[in-house]
Amino acid sequence: MGVVRNVLDDGLEGIDHNFLTGRIEDLVKWSRSRSSWGATFGLACCAIEMMGTGAPHYDLARFGMEVFRASPRQADIMIVAGRVSQKMAPVLRQVYDQMMEPKWVISMGVCASSGGMFNNYAIVQGVDQVVPVDVYAPGCPPTPETLIHAIETLHQLIEDGEIMRRRATSGAGANVHIQEVPAGITTPVILGSR
Amino acid sequence: MNPRESDTIVSAAAGTSEGNQELRSRSELTAKEVMREVGAVLRMSEADAALLAEVEADPGEDQTMIINMGPQHPSTHGVLRLMLELKGETVLRCKPIIGYLHTGMEKTGESLTFMQGGTNVTRMDYLSPLNNELVFSMATEKLLGIDGDIPERAVWIRMLLSELNRMSSHLLFMASNGMDIGAVSMMLYGWREREVVLRFFQKVTGLRMNHNFIRPGGVAADLPADWRDDVMSILDMLPDRLGEYDVLMTNQPIWRERLQGVGVITQAEAIALGATGPILRSTGLAWDLRRDMPYMHYDELEFDVIVGSYGDAFDRYAIRLNEIRESMRIVRQILDRVPSGDYRIQDKKVTPPPRARIDESMEALIHHFKIFTEGFKVPEGEVYVAIESPRGEIGCYIASDGSPTPYRMHVRAPSFVNVQALPHMMRGGMVADAVAVISSIDPVLGEVDR
Amino acid sequence: MSTEASTTPATLHGCLLGDSRGQAVLFVPKPAYMATMKKLVDDGFEMCVDLTAVDFLTHASRTLPEGVAAERFEIVVNLLSLSKRERLRVRVQVSESDPSIDSLFDLYPGTEAMEREVFDMFGISFAGHPDLTRILMPEDWQGHPLRKDFAQGRIPVQFKGAAS
Repeated sequence: MGVVRNVLDDGLEGIDHNFLTGRIEDLVKWSRSRSSWGATFGLACCAIEMMGTGAPHYDLARFGMEVFRASPRQADIMIVAGRVSQKMAPVLRQVYDQMMEPKWVISMGVCASSGGMFNNYAIVQGVDQVVPVDVYAPGCPPTPETLIHAIETLHQLIEDGEIMRRRATSGAGANVHIQEVPAGITTPVILGSR
Repeated sequence: MNPRESDTIVSAAAGTSEGNQELRSRSELTAKEVMREVGAVLRMSEADAALLAEVEADPGEDQTMIINMGPQHPSTHGVLRLMLELKGETVLRCKPIIGYLHTGMEKTGESLTFMQGGTNVTRMDYLSPLNNELVFSMATEKLLGIDGDIPERAVWIRMLLSELNRMSSHLLFMASNGMDIGAVSMMLYGWREREVVLRFFQKVTGLRMNHNFIRPGGVAADLPADWRDDVMSILDMLPDRLGEYDVLMTNQPIWRERLQGVGVITQAEAIALGATGPILRSTGLAWDLRRDMPYMHYDELEFDVIVGSYGDAFDRYAIRLNEIRESMRIVRQILDRVPSGDYRIQDKKVTPPPRARIDESMEALIHHFKIFTEGFKVPEGEVYVAIESPRGEIGCYIASDGSPTPYRMHVRAPSFVNVQALPHMMRGGMVADAVAVISSIDPVLGEVDR
Repeated sequence: MSTEASTTPATLHGCLLGDSRGQAVLFVPKPAYMATMKKLVDDGFEMCVDLTAVDFLTHASRTLPEGVAAERFEIVVNLLSLSKRERLRVRVQVSESDPSIDSLFDLYPGTEAMEREVFDMFGISFAGHPDLTRILMPEDWQGHPLRKDFAQGRIPVQFKGAAS
């Protein structure tokens, strides 16, 4: 984008030019990544941690993701949070198909990524058997920091543009595996009430 | 009185139909007569419901329509699907369809040892995981015959964690109930409070959720040295916040209009359906396993059982809010009473040795190896143990055949039985209240489907 | 409850009353099931908290009191008396050749979902149940998962870097 100087110091007066220039592609990628809406697909325990990530302390709103739309037509990112059972798999595919392009999938937790600790008749062993997955977030459940790391990784990929190119060619997901981020117990919860 | 006259009176009464009436014993009543609304449950298979869509509707006829709600829906607590039969906006019949989160946990439990069983059971009711582990451990200990030998410190630690878990589960209820009714900021407040309790759990057990901390024989590790300060800080912070919720919601006209009179269930219905927990208490029956069939040391503590009177959603909300206060009261009493001692029974066959001893003693190494690979053998038998979880009576039925894994492990999940009350609560109400009713039952689909 | 020294075992309503780790267990023969449950309701067991089943295919040698013939399946009903604060467990033997039993729906409407789960997981049918269909598995699923001859369904997992 065009040169913007001294905004931090002088505010709007610090903008030397009255115009910001850039390519439309960059603007589109920037807005797609900074304002993506999640589709509610919380299934089990991971859904509770996902709600906790949207809660005041971890606050997904700073990444533009606090809005979880129930209607798949309005959503961009589907965070599959929880174990997918045999009965739920067709529903998962149906919701994914209803989402409009561009759409991405984060597989949150080990049950969604690989079947987790439930290697049996009832659980689909990895949600990538049903939908193409872009980021796998490990953990049982992943700590909110891990989920934020996964979301930010996806946002970075969207902003770089890699992910759109790959999807256009192969239709597959990005298959990015991230490291689990341990929850920090040293940071206290100091949210005031008044 | 002239004896002849009294005979006449008696015989006259016998001659009328009133004299011949007698109260039929309960076993002769059928479900039809016990349940107030006979046709509340929509018994139609999904295939038939799909066929109905193809039937031509006659616009002149006042037909009922069957709509599907879920399984993916923001206002249901997890993947609960409802088939609602509506006449306009009124719900006539309803069928809850579950199974979308069926994980085969009972089958998995048959292949995990009793030590590993906690990891499986804890993910059933994922909002109060410590209670699941507690009931499984208590059932295992009863089978082993060591349920009277659990060290005092371990029992009190279990009670402390169980009550804190009740608080965090009810705080999540406040949050999700608020959001379902429309008070979206309640979601933020409830989670804010819950976060503090989860921090404490992380400090003690290592995880924020699904802890696998309460194990057969005691608990997995001792409390950290400064646990009393952390618990005191939780207890100091919460009462003011709960007072805020009273101002924000309980005394507010909109909240009352939305919840009072909605989702009413009578006491007879609740007992007949097997509903326990806040649902049963909201109908006026003060049944709480902690007080009526006490386990651990609940009989030594003072606390009240909160009871409602109308059996509606508002009563259930108020019961849960005040149960948080009662749990805080219990935790305050526990704070002073946790003795020093072992946090796990010293039985070498059940409790693995401390890690440092493995380097020193051959016997410790062998015990460690056997417990973690093969598992400890549990004598043959079967038990059913039940405790009071935030949702009602959670029970664990284990049938053992003498091997290190349970032969049959079944968990009586309170939400599985409570969900049956949904059609009876929703009948006659509006479809917009369906969300409020589901939320007031507070089901956790993980334990409904297992 | 029967003690070691007594020669006659304890009975309740004509069925053998046993003891399992201090918990009362009533062994009811299948033909007497409905009648006995009605009597138990009159006795004050207002709530049926749990109805489940066990498949004893691989543990046929379990210990049962004298006079109770072991069958493949066992229906286990847990009753609770709110007024007397007591629990009672009822065990009924159900054979493999005739896996069916009466439904408790009229006595305890709360057993509707529990009996559906037993039907889904074990294949035992309940006569008189208003809607006996699968509840946890998809409606067209074949097999009954909690039976011992139904495999767990594990898939072989290869870990990265493991020597094959």
